[in-house]
Amino acid sequence: MGNTLPILVLAIPFVMFLILGLGGVKMGRKLAGTLGILANGALAVVAYIIAFTYFFSGDPAFIDAEGVRQQLEVFDVTWLAFTDRLVVNIGFILDPIAAMMLVVITTISFMVHLYSWGYMEHEPGFQRYYAFLSLFTFSMLGLVVATNIFQMYIFWELVGVSSYLLIGFFYKLPSAVAASKKAFIVTRFADLFMLIGILVLSYYVAQTPADGPLGTASAFNFSMLNANAQSVLASTAGATFLGGSVLTWAMVLIFAGGMGKSAMMPLHIWLPDAMEGPTPVSALIHAATMVVAGVYLVARFFPVFGVVPNSMVFITVVGAITAFYAAVVACAQIDIKRVLAFSTISQIAFMMVALGCSYNQLVVHEGHTVLGYMSGMFHLFTHAMFKALLFLGAGCLIHAVHSNNYTEMGGLRKYMPICHITFLIGCLAIAGIWPFSGFFSKDEMITAMFNCNSFLGWWMTMVAGLTAFYMFRLYYLIFWWEENPKYKEHGHKPHDASWQMSLPLIILAAVSCVAGFIPFGEYVTFDGKPYTIHIQTSVAVRSLVVALLAIGLATLMYAKKNPLPEKVKNFWPALWTAAHRRFYWDEIYQFVTHRVIFNIICRSIAWFDRHIIDGTMNALAAVTQWTSLKIRGLQSGCVQAYVIWYFLGAVALAAITWVCLL
Amino acid sequence: MFSNFLIWFVIVPIIMMAGLACCGNSNMKAIRAVMVTCSTILLAMAIYLVYDFLQLRAAGNTDEMLYTGSWMWYAPLNIHLAVGVDGISVLMLLLSAIIVFAGTFASWKIDPLPKNFFLWFALLSTGVFGFFISIDMFTMFMFYEVALIPMYLLIGVWGTGRKEYSAMKLTLMLMGGSAFLMLGLLGIYWHSSADSSALTWNILEISKNGAIPAGWQNLLFCFTFVGFGVLGAMFPFHTWSPDGHACAPTAVSMLHAGVLMKLGGYGCFRIAIYLLPAAATELAWIFIILTGISIVYGAFSACVQTDLKYINAYSSVSHCGMVLFAILMLNRTAMTGGILQMLSHGLMTALFFALIGMIYGRTHTRDIREMGGMMKIMPYLGVCYMIAGFASLGLPGLSGFVAEMTIFFGSFEHADWFHRGFVIAATTSIVITAVYILRVVGKLILGPVQNEHHLQLTDASWWERLSTATLIICLAGIGFFPQWINETIQQSFTPIINALNSVM
Repeated sequence: MGNTLPILVLAIPFVMFLILGLGGVKMGRKLAGTLGILANGALAVVAYIIAFTYFFSGDPAFIDAEGVRQQLEVFDVTWLAFTDRLVVNIGFILDPIAAMMLVVITTISFMVHLYSWGYMEHEPGFQRYYAFLSLFTFSMLGLVVATNIFQMYIFWELVGVSSYLLIGFFYKLPSAVAASKKAFIVTRFADLFMLIGILVLSYYVAQTPADGPLGTASAFNFSMLNANAQSVLASTAGATFLGGSVLTWAMVLIFAGGMGKSAMMPLHIWLPDAMEGPTPVSALIHAATMVVAGVYLVARFFPVFGVVPNSMVFITVVGAITAFYAAVVACAQIDIKRVLAFSTISQIAFMMVALGCSYNQLVVHEGHTVLGYMSGMFHLFTHAMFKALLFLGAGCLIHAVHSNNYTEMGGLRKYMPICHITFLIGCLAIAGIWPFSGFFSKDEMITAMFNCNSFLGWWMTMVAGLTAFYMFRLYYLIFWWEENPKYKEHGHKPHDASWQMSLPLIILAAVSCVAGFIPFGEYVTFDGKPYTIHIQTSVAVRSLVVALLAIGLATLMYAKKNPLPEKVKNFWPALWTAAHRRFYWDEIYQFVTHRVIFNIICRSIAWFDRHIIDGTMNALAAVTQWTSLKIRGLQSGCVQAYVIWYFLGAVALAAITWVCLL
Repeated sequence: MFSNFLIWFVIVPIIMMAGLACCGNSNMKAIRAVMVTCSTILLAMAIYLVYDFLQLRAAGNTDEMLYTGSWMWYAPLNIHLAVGVDGISVLMLLLSAIIVFAGTFASWKIDPLPKNFFLWFALLSTGVFGFFISIDMFTMFMFYEVALIPMYLLIGVWGTGRKEYSAMKLTLMLMGGSAFLMLGLLGIYWHSSADSSALTWNILEISKNGAIPAGWQNLLFCFTFVGFGVLGAMFPFHTWSPDGHACAPTAVSMLHAGVLMKLGGYGCFRIAIYLLPAAATELAWIFIILTGISIVYGAFSACVQTDLKYINAYSSVSHCGMVLFAILMLNRTAMTGGILQMLSHGLMTALFFALIGMIYGRTHTRDIREMGGMMKIMPYLGVCYMIAGFASLGLPGLSGFVAEMTIFFGSFEHADWFHRGFVIAATTSIVITAVYILRVVGKLILGPVQNEHHLQLTDASWWERLSTATLIICLAGIGFFPQWINETIQQSFTPIINALNSVM
């Protein structure tokens, strides 16, 4: 494979962004939409060709004689050289996870482009919307093919801004503006830690001697760092900070950037609000692709994370807490998109735990296939498909009833059969029911967790049960429960959406049905060697039973209108309210940012500047003026006064002379 | 003398003034014709200079300064009109030319007294260009003063709000800085060579002689650094900046924040650090504290302002603080970042002030609480404002990111806790900047329209589009292809780094 296809992967969406961004206003909607969809289709084809070539061509550049998949940098050009060792390159890395991500991103992006044609049909700014989608696709692709941590940081920021632009797409709504601002600032705050982490890491790597194992390669380079993780560890030997090694701090800080983008606690607060954006955007960015950037970051840097076990423990703990928290909150949301948002947080946390918990396997059987890594990536893949499906389904529902709340829905299965079936498939997949895709990936993840620690295994099994419960709660409340009488009041009943919107649902549902049977371990593993997935019966049965019980409970409570949910809610209303209010995280942030930082710090600094600093300057001027006013009288122009002063002066001089001479 | 290419950067603005003087008082067509012609010529000259400079360097010319020329001006004090440029001055000249060009279009409809406005404007540019081509401290100082004085009239006559107060404040504070500076320069002159026979003002010779005693260096460093630092809006000498910018007319704000504040940073490294390296290594910490405060303090102050120009002026305090902060790190990468930040901040702030001027010209208010939804009313200006905002908060692909990252990575090369602590404090500005930029964007550009009357306002006219597009293209140009600029600057720092290494 030459450079042409990889360059096209980045060039197509970027050029599309420029064309639609600059010329969109002059274009008709049809033309802009068609261009966007066609370009994205072409992009998907290119990405598929690359991934297919990589996985199946058997070219020795991609897979060596022993069947180990290789990592290669297709191209890597210098973009900015800070010093000899700190060189920022823009390149294209090709390895199993990058190829897999190419497929995921372009597929979902294409589905969303197609779907948006129908969904955004009547919205003003249709061209702008497609331009931003292209910008996002470009940034996300640049992120996954990054050859070095700095390139990743560059595109990391760019996905942040595309997300900002798309969340705030309905910019006339103050809530959308606020949500986009919040998303950007929270993730920026996380990126600050990431930046400091990169500063620390690259500083120590760049300090190593040029003839050492790290060589003279740029200190940002992933391949070099990953291949020599032990030397990276050695480069910081001895340096400690607050009781931890410097490298632990660096990796935790870099991971903090991932926590922001992937909405881990306590930086998750932006994601539920990000649902203010158009629903296809939520599907693409805030469910399937951008939010898994943190997971991808950990996977990309896995060997280096692996040599500092404390950072892996940190990842696991953060993930486990977040997964549980988000699952609980999802049970008490009314807005269907928020339920899905919290479900996304929870599922991403699942992947984080899968990656984080595999550190001891990494240490114990070095060079062995790491199950957590493979399963985390597998879940990333399957989750992207079914979560996009669920969001797109939610978009159809919102279109049909003009509300985000399930209280306005109910009994929709009769009116929207396509949406109903596909949504059900999505729910079954996320709940982890055989033979849907989620079962396979989740089962492998939970196996990895049990291998690590049985408490962790049970904990995450419980979270999986909660997942099944809240998803089916949502499903029943939308499609069963009780038919909303409002459908009949309005002239038109809710109905399935147009083919542009239904087709992606059907495709994604089909993928979610069969994706589990992909021998994922053959393609994507930690060390590139194929791994055969076996289903561990004990774990599979356990999680299936838990999921089925949870679904059963949801059926009991929500399949038909009954007073049971109210009773449960009233059993401990404070808990329900707290969960509904997301355990008051937003209020805490609001307090800290508004009351403390804005009102106390910023206002007092501004006051200090105006009154103390500026006051000093004004006081200087005032003193000068006062002095000159006082002595102005001396220059009166009155000759008599001058004579008196002259006389007095002469007398004084004479007196002084006399005193001195005496 | 006239065969030297650099000298034409001063002659063209003088011709521009002469041309303007010949125009009728309110003959807008003629005035515009002169301004556009001359500023285009300047821009073309600057672009050609950069091109030619890079060619010469590529051809292996490693002299410290190129295009040098020196003509005796006042023999008793050995004052020359000495010119010469290295990579940094070349880029500064290009920046100035771009901003003069954009500023001309931004003040297309200046009122009243257009001719006089442009005359002062041209004089200001003369000073700026003269400053960057000089390598003789005295002529440098003279051009510096030439650039400062027109500010007083430009703000006092064509300004808005409390313009007399602000013009006076700005002039007095900057003149106060010049007083320190003059003392410092005289001190350097009196110690410029080991045997007091051949005293010189020439920067290159002074550096070669390296004769300034260490005790004197410390004193002179403080004088020169504070002198230039006042213009670079260093805490606590920055308060002229918010008031001055708020009252200045658009093109003056552009030129002032875009170029004039850069004279401060440029002087700091060209004179204070280059000529007084021993003092620089010894005393840098004092100014690192002050500039470190500037960065965070300016950003926090910007968060609560409601006047667009105040927001931007405080943001300039923060960004220019970053310039001086980087220069004080005294290593090649960080100082390169400082210069990149000058370029980036110059373009970006000029764009900001141009846009604020355009918005103010339409709505007659700069209070963000009274405006909203500009994106709906004037999409072109709204988009430009967002781009300027993104440049300011350091979005990759625009110049701010390149500059900030170079500064952070360069500064982090100091391994001690003092430097590290300040670098980390400085990095927090990327978040605070995002806060105040998005606050303004959210209120002013997005959101619902606040005032019914604003719905009748029109979008940008062609000259406004030209002015802003020029600046945006440059911002994106640096953001996308930073390496050639980075290399040019890094090379140019070699003599300064050598001077610093010799005393460390």
